[in-house]
Amino acid sequence: MKQALLVMLLLVWAGIAQAVEPGEVLSDPVLEDRARSISQGLRCLQCRNESIDESNAGIAKDLRLLVRARLVEGDSDTEVMDYIVARYGEYVLLRPNGLGINLVLWLAGPALFLTALAGLLAVQRRSKLNALTQGLSEEEEKEIEKLLSS
Amino acid sequence: MLNELAHFSLNIALGFAVFGTIVPLAGATLRRSSWMQLAPIFSTLQFILVAFAFGALTVAFVSSDFSLRVVVLNSHTLKPMLYKIAGVWGNHEGSLLLWVLILTLFAACAAVFGKTLPQSLLARVLGVQSSITAAFLAFVLFTSNPFTRVEFPPFNGQGLNPLLQDPGLAFHPPFLYLGYVGLSITFSFAIAALLEGKVDAAWGRWVRPWTLAAWIFLTIGIGLGSWWAYYELGWGGFWFWDPVENASFMPWLISAALLHSAIVVEKRDALKAWTILLAILAFGFSLIGTFIVRSGVLTSVHAFANDPERGVFILMILGVFFGGALLLFALRANAMDSKGVFATVSRESALIANNLLLAISCFVVFVGTVWPLVAELLMDRKLSVGPPFFNVAFTPFMVALAVILPIGSTLPWKRAKRAHLSRLWPVAVFCLACVGLTWAMQTGRSLIGPVGLGLGVWLVMGVLIELYQRTGRGTGKWSRLLSLPLADWGKATAHAGLGITIFGVAGITAWQVEDIRVMAIGDSAEIAEFTVTLDNVEDLRGPNYLTTMADIKLARDGKFIANLYPERRYYPVAEMPTTEAGIDSGLWRDVYVVVGDAQPQGGYAVRTFIKPLANWIWTGAIIMAMGGLLSLFDRRYRVGSVAARRDPVEGEA
Repeated sequence: MKQALLVMLLLVWAGIAQAVEPGEVLSDPVLEDRARSISQGLRCLQCRNESIDESNAGIAKDLRLLVRARLVEGDSDTEVMDYIVARYGEYVLLRPNGLGINLVLWLAGPALFLTALAGLLAVQRRSKLNALTQGLSEEEEKEIEKLLSS
Repeated sequence: MLNELAHFSLNIALGFAVFGTIVPLAGATLRRSSWMQLAPIFSTLQFILVAFAFGALTVAFVSSDFSLRVVVLNSHTLKPMLYKIAGVWGNHEGSLLLWVLILTLFAACAAVFGKTLPQSLLARVLGVQSSITAAFLAFVLFTSNPFTRVEFPPFNGQGLNPLLQDPGLAFHPPFLYLGYVGLSITFSFAIAALLEGKVDAAWGRWVRPWTLAAWIFLTIGIGLGSWWAYYELGWGGFWFWDPVENASFMPWLISAALLHSAIVVEKRDALKAWTILLAILAFGFSLIGTFIVRSGVLTSVHAFANDPERGVFILMILGVFFGGALLLFALRANAMDSKGVFATVSRESALIANNLLLAISCFVVFVGTVWPLVAELLMDRKLSVGPPFFNVAFTPFMVALAVILPIGSTLPWKRAKRAHLSRLWPVAVFCLACVGLTWAMQTGRSLIGPVGLGLGVWLVMGVLIELYQRTGRGTGKWSRLLSLPLADWGKATAHAGLGITIFGVAGITAWQVEDIRVMAIGDSAEIAEFTVTLDNVEDLRGPNYLTTMADIKLARDGKFIANLYPERRYYPVAEMPTTEAGIDSGLWRDVYVVVGDAQPQGGYAVRTFIKPLANWIWTGAIIMAMGGLLSLFDRRYRVGSVAARRDPVEGEA
């Protein structure tokens, strides 16, 4: 209850917010560190591509306080994340989860890398074989003839 | 009157661009020399006409001609002169005109420097370039005319976005555009080569300087943008993975790959089709970047035009040029046979690895950038892809790139022996020792610091070892070092620059110290080894803004270092507040102070950051650009020497 009151009080001041403010910082440095790293992974809903940790918007401040309030309650990092996502949707996650079609996003780079690597090995093998079996091209033969005869 | 003339000259330029497309391309196909000869003239005329229009728009901004809509929306009489000029390209219409100006500028340069090119190749290059100019001129004239008048001119304008009123950002767009659009000429070279059906070493030698120039401009542009974000946005970040940043980063990555593969074409007559594809992709990503920024599809701080009509037009340009080029490539790429054979361990292979890693990291950035759009369209899932994703997905490829770079650049062409790497072993051991030592010293922090530091040292030491190896045996090492071609110096410089940037990124990411507190006037705070004292806060008035400026004294171990003046500005015309940080820059660290609002219980919120190695990031970027510049001035790219080397048979074609 006390916490909720504190949150309410701080919300009134939210109009003059500027990223993380002195009043928000938790006294326990370990908890505060966790709060910061969680905040950096959450999107400010009304901003363009800013995390709540760096945003000046009022709603970002609300979320920062919410994160801290949950941490003080004793939630683990994932519990806090789940709590926020359950209320605001996966849109708040700056690092999308790897569920469903998001797997494509996560695996795009590594998959392409492996494919390209396999392709390169195949090409290299073939060109080596070619180089061994094939002689010179017709043009090159002609050029040699020309050089020899001149 | 001047504005109408300028508008008219843009129309004429469009006409020349259309003719400049059809006549030389038809001439090259039909082998009509007289038609092909017209290409340079058409290109030069386009440049003159567009330059006139751009000059007229600049005059309108400088003289605050509020009968023009763009001037009303983006300028103000009280604005300092620098920003009146920067206002020309600080908006959608003007920046597109700048884009077209640079397109025609590059075409004109190609026309002037390209006299020694085979006639049909030059005609095709200029023809393709004119077609791009025509498309963008049509875009300007039909959807984004900068010379639109307003019926009732107001007494004053609405000003420029205060965030953009900054020297760092004033010159950021022109550099970026020089880079983006510079890639158009390599694109034109690639298409021309596909039309000609021939790619040879001479083609590689021609394409590389243009790519280099574009890459240098992109490097400077991106560096300026990052530096601006660092000191202006108020929390000292240097890269945000914002869609608009990604839009400039993707062409940078691809053009860096292209730079390297063009060397293989030039020196070893291999990787031709791949190089052509990279040239197409590089400009393709420039167009994608333009689409992302201009359409507002992925909204972000920098997008100025949220207009679907414009978005569709750019999408059409993108589809025609990118799609058409890829189709042409698919049809013609088989004709590019590569002759140079090479072993699995050779410089060619290392450069292929470089290309692979750069292209894939670009692909990762691309997928991450468009993913929110794809997920929403296909799956109806609204989600965000932000820095935490990119840091995880992108960084491993860069780490791999940095690991192989010194190895690849010491390997010889064609086939390498183990002995070539013998000198690198001690360096590798030394770097691993550095990693271990820093890791041991910083207990319980992320691995980014030690790994980045190790990679930075690895790159710089690798460069030194390579230079040492190039000097050979015996006496006369110094004179041999000094007589190395400029391209080798450029390579060494650029690679060292990358090492320095990595060093800086690692430092600022891993070892930043942050402090947030309320300070009353007269209060002192101990932060790391520094003492920060809030001496005074006062309200002042700037030329076009109001400001609350703090006077903060910075000291270390009781010794005075500097006075910092962080500000909170308010721009009444735009009704927008901005933050100006107070920064004490140093070689080893920046002290970065931001002052916040007055607190209800008295005092001010003061945020202090100690940012280790911050300046190394941009210094590294400058060094990379310098390296590019050195390479650009290498003897083999000088106009005369290309002519001298040219195959006499080509000249008769």
